[in-house]
Amino acid sequence: MNSLRDKITTQFGTAAVPCDNARPVTVPQLLIPREQFEDAARIMKLAGARLAAEWGVDETVMGRSYAVFACFARGNDYLLMRCELPDADPAFPSLSKFFVPAFRFERQILSLMGLMPTGHVHSDLRPWIKHEDWPLDAWPLRKTFAAGQRMPRMAGEYKWIRAEGEGIYEIPVGPVHAGIIEPGHFRFQAIGEDVINLEERLGYTHKGIEKRFEQLSWQDGARLAGRVSGDSTVAHTLTYCHAVEALSGTVVPERASWLRAFMLERERIANHLGDIAAIANDAAFTFIFYQLMRLKELILRGNQRLFGHRYLMDRIIPGGVAGDLPSEANISIEEEMKQFLDEFERLVAIYDHNASLDDRLRGAGILPPETARDLGTVGYVARASGQPLDCRIQAPFTPYDQIPPRMVVLNSCDVHARAWVRIEEIRESTRLIGEFVIRLPAGETNTPLAKIGHDRSSFAAVEGWRGEIVYWLQSGLKGEINRCAIRDPSSVNWLALEQAIHGNIVPDFPLCNKSFNQSYSGHDL
Amino acid sequence: MLRILHQIFRTGVVTEPLPEAVETELMEVGNRLEEAIRRRFHRSLVIREVDAGSCNACELEIIAMNNPIYNCERFGIQFTASPRFADMLLVTGPVSVNMEVALKRTYVATPSPKLVVAVGDCGCHGGIFGESYASLGAVANVIPVDAHIPGCPPTPVELLHGILRLIRS
Repeated sequence: MNSLRDKITTQFGTAAVPCDNARPVTVPQLLIPREQFEDAARIMKLAGARLAAEWGVDETVMGRSYAVFACFARGNDYLLMRCELPDADPAFPSLSKFFVPAFRFERQILSLMGLMPTGHVHSDLRPWIKHEDWPLDAWPLRKTFAAGQRMPRMAGEYKWIRAEGEGIYEIPVGPVHAGIIEPGHFRFQAIGEDVINLEERLGYTHKGIEKRFEQLSWQDGARLAGRVSGDSTVAHTLTYCHAVEALSGTVVPERASWLRAFMLERERIANHLGDIAAIANDAAFTFIFYQLMRLKELILRGNQRLFGHRYLMDRIIPGGVAGDLPSEANISIEEEMKQFLDEFERLVAIYDHNASLDDRLRGAGILPPETARDLGTVGYVARASGQPLDCRIQAPFTPYDQIPPRMVVLNSCDVHARAWVRIEEIRESTRLIGEFVIRLPAGETNTPLAKIGHDRSSFAAVEGWRGEIVYWLQSGLKGEINRCAIRDPSSVNWLALEQAIHGNIVPDFPLCNKSFNQSYSGHDL
Repeated sequence: MLRILHQIFRTGVVTEPLPEAVETELMEVGNRLEEAIRRRFHRSLVIREVDAGSCNACELEIIAMNNPIYNCERFGIQFTASPRFADMLLVTGPVSVNMEVALKRTYVATPSPKLVVAVGDCGCHGGIFGESYASLGAVANVIPVDAHIPGCPPTPVELLHGILRLIRS
């Protein structure tokens, strides 16, 4: 099968210009003329690629104007397409005709960077992340926008999707939710118990993260990446570090790479445990909730013991890892995993043989495979709907190239499948950790970061516990951070929750929502 | 059902067998906390947690306070869904511009007398996000704060400690 790059160059010839400054070389970047940008997206669609991310860049400090990037993925192939926009007319062809998630990406690009999607009739230009009480021309990601300024509040109204008719009523929920969870707003239209539509409105935790990166050093950027979504601190820091290392040409010592994967799997186990617990709790099976939360606590304590932080924050640094395992740790880790798995399997047996749990989870919140594919979902949400996607296999770093995980793909597409994928992945992560510990190579744990050249860019994708995380970095004229574009798995998976809830009953929403458990902070940035 | 009962008895009361250092500290904090809660809040302190823009790490630790190992309910600490029933707001930050109105409304909806605790480095002073077009920084920049619990994120033991210090003062 031809690579995605070949598909474009066959069709476009020399009109598609490869970029020499993009790293790693395995992820090519092509400059596409603006008038052919949409056509290039069509070719990607025909090739069966998904739109992984789309973002805008202000390159005025480099003496250029604005640019829009689209990242496509298929199997183990990534391709970046770049479209340059003139200063006088910062508009770009919308890709929403071929890719559904483009409409969210493009609303975000318009809201935060002030670049206008055109061409295919864009059905939705309401602000996204930026709320309606911001000045319309406040575009924080533009270089002319001062990061520290206080924004005046304007009068404004968000135009919600309405449903009208006899017996239809509306339930607004949030931003402050009933539990100890992040803020966001959900608006349901329902008839009786049946949900006919759900509309999400997010952005409440927007902290200006992407803009903040531009004020930090590359080293401090790793700390900020670790706080994009606190539950995925390992995965986000790691993706950022991979991008910085690709940008600077730094080769990380092998031991550091293995330790990073070790941390990534521990983060996966801890979060999956919490999620399965929360799903059971929302189905009123509190026994499983408390039992699994206990196991999660033991994993967190293991993290504290091994690395000095319960969530492993700031343990991954550009160039390697901060600190090494204590001596003799391999024996204690093997023992810890053995005991953990023993306890876990007892609970899985109980979970699996509970008829009332089965009754609540099966058939609830169905996300059909074609919807999961069209929305570009990733992670366990995609895998529970039959999509074989996992960066650990499709874009592996060492040690995953030597010890590949088994990909768990299920086809029932419901809450049960999303929970069961996690159960299987915990088992698999436990096995991986066991193998990592046995084969962990000796040596250094970090190396100094090589100098970063000016006006370069790099890309990285890592499979966090929620799914594929994407970072794209660009250095400016002085080798500083000019742009850090982030795509958390939540940015695409939130779209899927809206679809999965159709036809379910209102009381099943918390259950469906828990089975997705997407990040608000990672999405809002 | 037998399996569940077996697992319950097999697990036992996990609130007891903690690592010694943590256990000693936790019991000491907890007992003092329980006494203070009895005296001042008629046996129960009801908390409404508000995420005003955090990265979610503080929430994970606040949830962990409720796990069977820390089991904060044994000291009379409960979490409520409604600010109307709350004695205390536990607020994580930094306060985002987009959460400012919701946080102020939650504060007003909580009956007086009330206590507000700013949680985490970001809630205390804005953390790595600082103050910007999108972030108002510390919780105290938006609503009156009675106590601070720093940490990134603060551990469940540190959270219990911080709540105790406030109630005793």
